[in-house]
Amino acid sequence: MTDKPLVTRGFRGRLRDTDPARLPPGQYVTSDFPVLSAGPTPTSPLARWDFSVYDDDTLLTRWTWAEFLTLPAEDVTTDIHCVTHWSKYDTRWRGVRLDTLFDLAGRRAPFVLATCDGGYTTNLTLEDVLGAKAWVVYQYDGHPIEPEHGGPARLLVPHLYFWKSAKWVRALKLIQQDHPGFWEQRGYHNHADPWKEERYWED
Amino acid sequence: MGGLTWRVARVLDTHQENASARSLHLHVPGWPGHRPGQHVDVRLTDERGDQAARSYSIASTPQGEHLTLTVVRVQDGEVSPYLVDDARPGDQFEVLGPIGGYFVWDAPGNAPLLLVAGGSGLVPLMCMLRARFTRPHGVPAALLYSLRAPDDTLFAHELDDYARRDASFVLTRTYTRTAPPGWTGLTGRVGATTLATVTTRPAGTPEPTAFVCGPTGFVERVARTLVELGFTPDHVRTERFGPTGRTA
Ligand SMILES: Cc1cc2nc3c(=O)[nH]c(=O)nc-3n(C[C@H](O)[C@H](O)[C@H](O)COP(=O)(O)OP(=O)(O)OC[C@H]3O[C@@H](n4cnc5c(N)ncnc54)[C@H](O)[C@@H]3O)c2cc1C
Repeated sequence: MTDKPLVTRGFRGRLRDTDPARLPPGQYVTSDFPVLSAGPTPTSPLARWDFSVYDDDTLLTRWTWAEFLTLPAEDVTTDIHCVTHWSKYDTRWRGVRLDTLFDLAGRRAPFVLATCDGGYTTNLTLEDVLGAKAWVVYQYDGHPIEPEHGGPARLLVPHLYFWKSAKWVRALKLIQQDHPGFWEQRGYHNHADPWKEERYWED
Repeated sequence: MGGLTWRVARVLDTHQENASARSLHLHVPGWPGHRPGQHVDVRLTDERGDQAARSYSIASTPQGEHLTLTVVRVQDGEVSPYLVDDARPGDQFEVLGPIGGYFVWDAPGNAPLLLVAGGSGLVPLMCMLRARFTRPHGVPAALLYSLRAPDDTLFAHELDDYARRDASFVLTRTYTRTAPPGWTGLTGRVGATTLATVTTRPAGTPEPTAFVCGPTGFVERVARTLVELGFTPDHVRTERFGPTGRTA
């Protein structure tokens, strides 16, 4: 990063009134909900949808859609921050804490790999997902999540850039060694803290 | 050198592509090079210290420390009106890049190339086409370009020239609102019928790699339709320029 920002002649920003305690550096607030995905939006019929937790390659537990909806859920209102510079305030979700899922599975490991329909993966440390910091959500703004926004269920890890909130999530794999996910292998930062602007490799 | 850091870009010259789009030719000292399909983040700072950052695809093939961006004005936007209307030679702003490791095409293997563009989504696909035409025997390529009206056309001469020169490049335009006078080609939104005309291929030829870029709704529809037409999902690479068109 350059120390002193370079002023661009002729440009005039919108000078929104942004609270630096709420808006991470390099972000702007939008009311849109842009979409970032690498390929076609997968469609997963609910009748065939299930959600699994693995210990490495060993299946620990699996829920059908109907079973998943009976797990203890909560409403979450949170700001989200996308690596493409937009942030959206006060998004409302409903879903199950990862704490709950791992308690029910009866296992913990230092790292988690989320795997999704369409073949996407994202990696997280256990520390980043425990303590009411991550959820598997299935409602947005009181409605089922639309497919292009990750429905029927996506991860929600709002304290990290939003690609970590993997869409179309189907399983969590507890692993001993960290393993970079889809975007993390393709130039995006392994950890992704928006407050440190951990956007890309070597950033 | 080489890492991803903000670098200073200086505008060398500009080229008006049409009434709402302009190409900016930039000099970026220390630019590490890029692959077709990648983009930069552009950061503008005003004299009050207010900043805005947006992503722009690189239109030009790698040429040392030079790159070209092509920007279409979004009405009432914060960044694009500056780039399309105000920036002039000598102006400076910051760029971070190159970014993107998936929506890229380096002419791997011999899979044909299927490019589907909506509006400004043509820009990264144009970079891929330009790269393909720098080679004497490029893979078969097809571009389906959806645009609202003739006034929105980007790179018209260059595209028509490619199509004339090389029979293994098929150029198809469709106009969604207004077609040019006397137009006998396609009109209307890209759907299964339109896509079928560019995706049918002789038996035994390899499945193309498809790159789809444009507004979110366009990309969603095209990518879904390609899968319905039999494409393997991981042969369909997408980039969505936003917006969703609704505030949800
Ligand atoms: C990876 C990537 C590559 C991109 N490459 C290019 C490129 O090569 N050329 C290019 O012109 N653009 C490109 N874009 C889009 C660009 O980043 C900006 O979103 C666009 O220029 C609008 O920014 P703005 O500041 O002018 O408008 P904003 O201030 O962000 O938006 C103003 C209003 O316009 C709406 N809006 C935003 N974007 C669009 C749009 N595309 N069409 C219609 N309405 C919109 C917003 O919802 C908002 O209401 C790319 C985007 C991505 C994510």
